[in-house]
Amino acid sequence: MACITATGTVTASGRAILSAAATPSTAQQVADTTGLPVFRVRSALRELTQAGLVTESAGRFQAADRVHVADRVHVAGKEPAP
Amino acid sequence: MSVIERDVPDEQVVRGVGLPRLGEPAPDFEAVTTHGVLRLADYEGGWLVLFSHPADFTPVCTTEFIGFAEIYPQLRERGTELLGLSIDSVYSHIAWVRNIQEKTGVAIPFPVIADLDRKVATAYGMVMPGESATETARCVFVIDPRAVVRAMIYYPPTTGRNLQEIVRLIDALQAADTHHVATPAGWRPGERVIVPAPATTEQAAERVAESDAGEYECIDWYLCTKKV
Repeated sequence: MACITATGTVTASGRAILSAAATPSTAQQVADTTGLPVFRVRSALRELTQAGLVTESAGRFQAADRVHVADRVHVAGKEPAP
Repeated sequence: MSVIERDVPDEQVVRGVGLPRLGEPAPDFEAVTTHGVLRLADYEGGWLVLFSHPADFTPVCTTEFIGFAEIYPQLRERGTELLGLSIDSVYSHIAWVRNIQEKTGVAIPFPVIADLDRKVATAYGMVMPGESATETARCVFVIDPRAVVRAMIYYPPTTGRNLQEIVRLIDALQAADTHHVATPAGWRPGERVIVPAPATTEQAAERVAESDAGEYECIDWYLCTKKV
């Protein structure tokens, strides 16, 4: 996955996207805020939505309430392999 | 059933030799890339240059990747993204782009599809069995913001592409769309463009009159140019 690692942490670009989506935003708005290409933002938002870190409504994306954009965001259920 | 399908084990049948067609929707895809899982729809609203190369860690491809990296800023200024592809693993791609940066100092800023299952290569007709049945040829597909195939270029494995021609092609396609004109051979931005030829005798007469009035420069009624 591009913005969530195999051990369940969110990458730097993923954290930037979560931060940019603190308020409901379109993918283009997130791209403008982060400076990332819109294709990467669309892909990352899809991934973050599947992980439950972002919600989508009417084409606008918002970081889920439980997300606090810290240095490392851990995704529940993605525990490191033993 | 064709002869090939009858005589050759199914897994060895070379499929997808048909090519996309200009003016038709680009084949959809979802693919693993060096920048994560990408879909064609992720590029909606912008131009996309989808290109393939035969293999990672090969000499001509390395010079091309350096060339693609050099034109990437020019393409982004034109609202155009680059997306590479070969039948290699994502780990091979990662190792190769890191090696290019380590050895040449050139960072590869665009994603590269790891098309191990050949789904994208097959959909776009990138494998030319007469050249190589296991590698993609040097293909370029220009896809517009409506996901329509607008141009295709095919080069054999022996011959590296001219990357500036791809920039020129994007300029020409965008000028044609913006101004509803055509562009002459070797056209570059700032040069005169071709006015679509008249389709009737009446329009031809009008075009000659417009030329006489100085609106166009015409060699004859069917070959007129103007500035844009």
